[in-house]
Amino acid sequence: MAWLSENGILVGLALLDGLSYAAAVFMVAVGLNLVFGVLRVLNVAHGSLYAIGGYTAASIGLFAASLGAPPWLGLPILLAASVLVGVVLGPLIERLLLRRMQDREPVLQLLVTFALFMILEDLQKLVWGVQPVVFDAPLKWLGTVDVPFGTDVIPFTAYQLYVLPGVALATLAILAYVLRYTLTGRMVVAVTVDREAARAMGIDAAKVTMLTFTVGAALAALGGALAAPTVSLVPGVGASTIVLSFAVVATAGLGQIEGAAVAALLIGLGRSFAVYVAPEFEVVVPYAIMVAVLLFRPQGLFGVAETRRI
Amino acid sequence: MTRRSETLLALAGAVLILVLAYAVPWLRFVLTIALAKGLAVLGILLLLRAGQVSFGHALYLALAAYTVAFGAVLVPEALLLLPAAALLAGIVGLLIGLFVVRYREIFFGMLNLALSMVFYSVLEKFYALTHGADGIRLPPVTFLGRPLAGESGEWTVLGLALVLALACGALVRVALASPLGEALAGIKTRETRLDFMGVSPKRVLLAAYVASAVMAGFAGAIIALTTRHVTPALSYWTTSGELVFIAILGGAGSVIGPFLGAAAYELTRVYAAATFANAWQLVLGLVLLGVIVFAPGGIWGMISSRRRAA
Repeated sequence: MAWLSENGILVGLALLDGLSYAAAVFMVAVGLNLVFGVLRVLNVAHGSLYAIGGYTAASIGLFAASLGAPPWLGLPILLAASVLVGVVLGPLIERLLLRRMQDREPVLQLLVTFALFMILEDLQKLVWGVQPVVFDAPLKWLGTVDVPFGTDVIPFTAYQLYVLPGVALATLAILAYVLRYTLTGRMVVAVTVDREAARAMGIDAAKVTMLTFTVGAALAALGGALAAPTVSLVPGVGASTIVLSFAVVATAGLGQIEGAAVAALLIGLGRSFAVYVAPEFEVVVPYAIMVAVLLFRPQGLFGVAETRRI
Repeated sequence: MTRRSETLLALAGAVLILVLAYAVPWLRFVLTIALAKGLAVLGILLLLRAGQVSFGHALYLALAAYTVAFGAVLVPEALLLLPAAALLAGIVGLLIGLFVVRYREIFFGMLNLALSMVFYSVLEKFYALTHGADGIRLPPVTFLGRPLAGESGEWTVLGLALVLALACGALVRVALASPLGEALAGIKTRETRLDFMGVSPKRVLLAAYVASAVMAGFAGAIIALTTRHVTPALSYWTTSGELVFIAILGGAGSVIGPFLGAAAYELTRVYAAATFANAWQLVLGLVLLGVIVFAPGGIWGMISSRRRAA
């Protein structure tokens, strides 16, 4: 306990950091998971959508600021930018590329998204260059909050404390509601469980697929847009995000929405504790958690084991 | 295609490589790297036969490359370093293989990816030992006691790569035609049937996995001897993706495919990097998309279908 009282602030900081980090990771992972459920493709380019979302939000935000827009406008801009990215790129990628590949070997489908990743990664460099892009107006505008932690007080940015986890929770609630209680949501679930049967029931699977992919893309972009004020955007941010969200999805089990939230929290907290306690292992921790989980539950924390086809 | 014509084609390819390397000196480097990558892709080919994609074989590449870099300080003899690196890759492959062969498809791919990323961050973070992202320069190495440097050194490494490529290619060719190869294909179509026949799919996959690790080890060692500089980037997941890319580009139908693919990949990369300095990934991505959409059999598929038609 002596350690805890001496390092109380560190623990508190790690908790808060982990929470906001988990929120951003959750947004990306849940989109990836949704898309995998319906398309049965692990979209490697999902990380690029995260990066493009971040860059677009930063560009629009910086442009608006240069026109003299008030700083509070930064928040709606983040949201609008990610919707824009999702609605423009989502249908484009799905219609032009993934739909054509539907009946091909899974390996080839995976590689198509890898090719897309390579293309988007360079396009992003061509558009935004390789210099770090910083857009922290929303972060500065909201200021910091003093969080009481035991006997200590931790100053933490309000943006990371309220906005990031708030949006993640709202996303979780909306997704859970839509998938359980609305007709569209039920159709998405139906296509996820059994595409053929869903079509036989009169569901337009192609339309559902396109919709899901667009929502998934927008969620990735939103994750990037939300994270943009807290980090400086550099090339390669998409590549590192995608492997992390793979880890979250595999830990949670495929097709799990709430599970993705738990896994994101687990991995987000694990990573941020590593940052404060043993920084060398920062990148290792998410995978260590994933391997530990898969060792005991090969289908993920919440995944349901599929019956073997005979 | 008959065994004899394939052998003749492989020998003709080897002669062509030597002629090209003689006529165009700067191609020596490119061709050596291509041969090395082709070796690693041979292993990917084995796993692809079982329908499994590893997004983490860069681990073995980097492991072997670093083994050479560290080992060269103690024993600067290429003929000892090369087998030692491959052996170590094989041993690690066996240990990891025992764990990952229990998983299929996405989980197999992701676990491999996760482990290679763990290795990547270990290489990057333990600066005192590995010099982080800067990498290590190889100390002078000898071949049969004579210094491995300059033009004769380049020829020696190219020769080593060529011999290894021919030997491993022949071995994989035999293995694929053997009961082991048939069992691998069985894992892809209906794994349960193998169980019924009394064949252990896990053991079959493990054998292929260890073989693929050893070949990736040879590749890593050759790359280290050629570039004389090893960096953690060798272990990054995009390097693994590159190997799968080359497998599809070359075509998974023959053991010659990986080498055709690797040569095409490296040449495209050199030209794309020279012509579009900031967009070579984009060009490669477009090439990959083109191959998947228009020539799913890869380069080998195009050649062999033309021969069959003629």
